[in-house]
Amino acid sequence: MARDKRRLGRGVAIVGAGMSSFGTRRDVTNRELFAEAFADMKPSVDKGFDHQDIEALYVGNCGAEMWESQSVMGNLCADIIGLTPRPARKIEDACASSSVAVRDGLIAIASGLYDVVLVGGTEKMTNLSVNWTTMALACGSDTTYEGSVGFTFPGLYAAMATAHMHQYGTTHADMLQVAIKNHTNGALNPKAHFPMTIKDVMDMRTAKAKEKGQPVPAWTDEMEFLNDPRYNPVIAWPNTLFDCCPVTDGAACLLLVAEDRAKEFTDTPIYIIGTGQASGHNLHDRDTLTSIPAAKAAAAQAYDMAGVGPQDIKIAEVHDCFTIAEIMAIADLGFFPEGKEAAAAAAEGITARDGAKPINVSGGLKCKGHPVGATGAAQMVELFQQMRGEAGERQVATDIDLALNHNIGAHGTTAVVQIYERR
Amino acid sequence: MKEIPFTIASFNNYLTERKFMASKCESCGALWLPPRPICLNCKGDDMAWTELSGKGTLVAFTVIGVGPMPMIEAGYDRDNPYCVGIVEVEEGPRISAQILGVDVSHPENITIGTPVVADYVERGSWHFVEEVAKARKVYLAFRA
Repeated sequence: MARDKRRLGRGVAIVGAGMSSFGTRRDVTNRELFAEAFADMKPSVDKGFDHQDIEALYVGNCGAEMWESQSVMGNLCADIIGLTPRPARKIEDACASSSVAVRDGLIAIASGLYDVVLVGGTEKMTNLSVNWTTMALACGSDTTYEGSVGFTFPGLYAAMATAHMHQYGTTHADMLQVAIKNHTNGALNPKAHFPMTIKDVMDMRTAKAKEKGQPVPAWTDEMEFLNDPRYNPVIAWPNTLFDCCPVTDGAACLLLVAEDRAKEFTDTPIYIIGTGQASGHNLHDRDTLTSIPAAKAAAAQAYDMAGVGPQDIKIAEVHDCFTIAEIMAIADLGFFPEGKEAAAAAAEGITARDGAKPINVSGGLKCKGHPVGATGAAQMVELFQQMRGEAGERQVATDIDLALNHNIGAHGTTAVVQIYERR
Repeated sequence: MKEIPFTIASFNNYLTERKFMASKCESCGALWLPPRPICLNCKGDDMAWTELSGKGTLVAFTVIGVGPMPMIEAGYDRDNPYCVGIVEVEEGPRISAQILGVDVSHPENITIGTPVVADYVERGSWHFVEEVAKARKVYLAFRA
């Protein structure tokens, strides 16, 4: 029988973290985005480090074969930042690629093989048209039984939303409240793809209409704007444009070291005290359509290893690729009961930046952007900065000794949950 | 029917014959749709093909205007969206399929619990390379 309790062979700490700007990035490739993240990470290692210290590289990348017609992304990233001949590898697990890369790097250190490892991810997604990008993303479904019968990614999460609405009475307004919250957070993140509140978006649209001499729309509030199909069209019913994360270019990376060497690099390392990963069935094969079983399994592993519970976590970055995904995530992680409470959390302000349980203070995938192979590592960059009090304008006021990230691969066929501690 | 392997190709061949087939575990009786070669319940691999009634119920759905390439090639777009969903067949298991015969212009009126029956549609194949994608195949669908 498999063991229930899992422990790392030795402790591992994050001593540096950085990311590229997220957005539509013209004239750069995946490896150059990764180099930008690496350059951003370097000054975050307070006491500095030598290139020679890095013993291996693990890079998450979901689809450069499709978007860039380029494989071997691990080696290309090693080459551009000057790590050759160190071993480098690319890890693909759809939208969880970089969390799995971080976890594999962590396991390599915990095994005793390496002391210092560079981990992260990169994704250049804006090279293809909307139609081909939809197709590329849908390759993360089971293309035999899901993609080929017509499911897209917005569509798979939309199906979960209809089941959630049917079972719990969740409304589209509940979902849109997640978008409003995450745009409020992301407006303070200079690296976000769309650093704007929904109100900012409304003002921009109004100004554009005036400029073009078109009838000036008059919305009384954010919800009225979001319910205006001329400005927020349906993508996959009930998912509208503002329920969906954008298609984003970006990269992120972290420097991981063995716990006993952490203080050589910084006085304030962030320790990874819990890690969990699980796989899951196709959507139609699951016992439930209103939660993600792999996320629950990964969370249980991470909480068990860390010896903490959901109530101990001060802030979390969760996988809000679609608004309904955040509603399911905060229940799967045990922060809220599944159903009404989780659906109402954003509207009630509990998950706001100044709420009792701040969720996605970076802006989340929704506003910061979702370069699929870089997303998990970028969640960790945010937590690293927040836990060290280095998040600038969007710094959460509470002292954050424990934080968590939740990263879903595809529609829940992979899930990674990790817990971080500042001592 | 044991001579027919429990593969995706066999399932597709049955669909081409307009037959809706599942695999049944001879050891524990569990029914698998889409068909599986290994039973997830008892991990046995002694399977038999069994034909389904084709009757089912809609349990989740969406209406899509921007589909993957085979749906675009089939003529679907923002002005001509399609419904896709998950159907629970009366024998128990669930499967994903296009849902025909519902009012895609008013998705708010499509309801979970709607009874549906198996149907079949022909489209191009799932592939990035055109010479592979142009091969026509029969796919499972359901009609309300």
